[in-house]
Amino acid sequence: MSSIISIQGLHKYFGDVQAVKNVGLEIARGEVVAIVGPSGSGKSTVLRCINYLEEPTAGTIVIDGDELGSDDIDINLIRAEVGMVFQSFNLFPHLTALENVTVAQKLVRKRKPDEADRVGMEQLARVGIPEKAESYPHQLSGGQQQRVAIARSLAMEPKIMLFDEPTSALDPEMIKEVLDVMLLLASEGMTMVVVTHEMGFCRAAANRVVFMDEGEVVEIAPPDQLFSAPQHDRTKLFLSQILQH
Amino acid sequence: MTLAPEQLEPISIELPKRLTWRTFPYWLVAILGFVVVMAVQILFGEEFTKAFDFIIGGLGLTLYASALAFVISMFIGLIAAVARMSKSVIARNIATTYIEFIRGVPMLVLLVTFGIVLVPDMLELVGLDRRLFDLTHRGIIGLSAVYGAFLAEVFRAGIESIPKGQTEAARSLGMTKAQTMQRIVIPQAIRNILPALGNDFIALLKDSALLSILAIREMTQMTKLYTGSSFRFDEGYLVLTFVYLSLTLILSLLVQWYGRRIGTVSTSR
Repeated sequence: MSSIISIQGLHKYFGDVQAVKNVGLEIARGEVVAIVGPSGSGKSTVLRCINYLEEPTAGTIVIDGDELGSDDIDINLIRAEVGMVFQSFNLFPHLTALENVTVAQKLVRKRKPDEADRVGMEQLARVGIPEKAESYPHQLSGGQQQRVAIARSLAMEPKIMLFDEPTSALDPEMIKEVLDVMLLLASEGMTMVVVTHEMGFCRAAANRVVFMDEGEVVEIAPPDQLFSAPQHDRTKLFLSQILQH
Repeated sequence: MTLAPEQLEPISIELPKRLTWRTFPYWLVAILGFVVVMAVQILFGEEFTKAFDFIIGGLGLTLYASALAFVISMFIGLIAAVARMSKSVIARNIATTYIEFIRGVPMLVLLVTFGIVLVPDMLELVGLDRRLFDLTHRGIIGLSAVYGAFLAEVFRAGIESIPKGQTEAARSLGMTKAQTMQRIVIPQAIRNILPALGNDFIALLKDSALLSILAIREMTQMTKLYTGSSFRFDEGYLVLTFVYLSLTLILSLLVQWYGRRIGTVSTSR
């Protein structure tokens, strides 16, 4: 099985604090991997290292054959292939929904305005809000903003999508509309790495779940196995805490 | 936002929502009263009319110098702000040297130094004629250099006010640092600092009076000339005060109207 993402011996320090300790992870093409764990466990940092928003202190990350940080690759080209969806959406507030979805297509993919608009509308339709193309982010609900953010990444036609707690900033009634879009992507065979607290999503869509604690990978297993028969005490403790309510 | 102490806030025309005898803006009545009385004097008083007709001949140059200096100082300020935030040690230190140098010297002294010494010397240094620019434009360059340093701090504050997530989102889409600055960060920063820039333009317009030290025939210099020959100091300086006050009142109204207009549109997420 060839990996599209290969992480080996990843360490990340912020000053003296070690956020990530010796993480290794192989992700296959088309696989959906969820990363769960208590806050401060380093799961977001691992995700941010995958598109080099954080520079690893040590270790190697290979994306589809290209090693991040080596001199002969252009990180901007890799990032165009790796979509990222943030907890706080980070839409560009001075641009309309459609412009949010087209700006990087034009600048990075060098698409003509017509083509960028066409692809942009397709992606807005895919996330279910083509009628909001001319709206500005502040005119949209949180769930709509997050869906525009997903469309913005999809318009680059990425090989991999990274999701950093995409529903954590949403009101409960809006979580489903975002998860539905993510489930659709998973069913279409997109390679996805998702940091999340949504155990329902993990069960429904994830091929494997990675449990992290204190910067380390504690356990990796398919969701059914991890949730019903966790092997480590730390996993059991975490699951008992989040499944209590 | 660190602004130089020279930049006094323009008159703020903030009207209370409910008018009572306590909140009534008597001060505005007083200022408008002065403006009206002066306008009547200029219309009907012979000596005031004469003074006004002479002094207003400098209005064009005051506006021209202020507008041109403002445009140039915006360019300088934007470049200096980006340089000051750059990772490059050299760029950062050049920008900081410039900004701290300007902030450490009185504006009047800077204008004379630029106008008489620095601009001609720098032209010579790059192999051009020392007299390429007339005194008016040397003065405008001096004013631009001074305000460029002030505006650099305004731009820096504006750029730093844009959340880091904006840069991260743009970079994660594959946009370069320069594209991210140009297309994502700076357009938002400028929108945020437009009211501050408007206030700085008003401050610059008032400081253009200092150009009279270089005998540039803007309004203040015209007043000096008029009062020097006619000895009508009362009329001359009251008329000058009236014209500046009218200009700043109109401009602050515009800035506040604009600030309120964009204030209704949330620019952050």
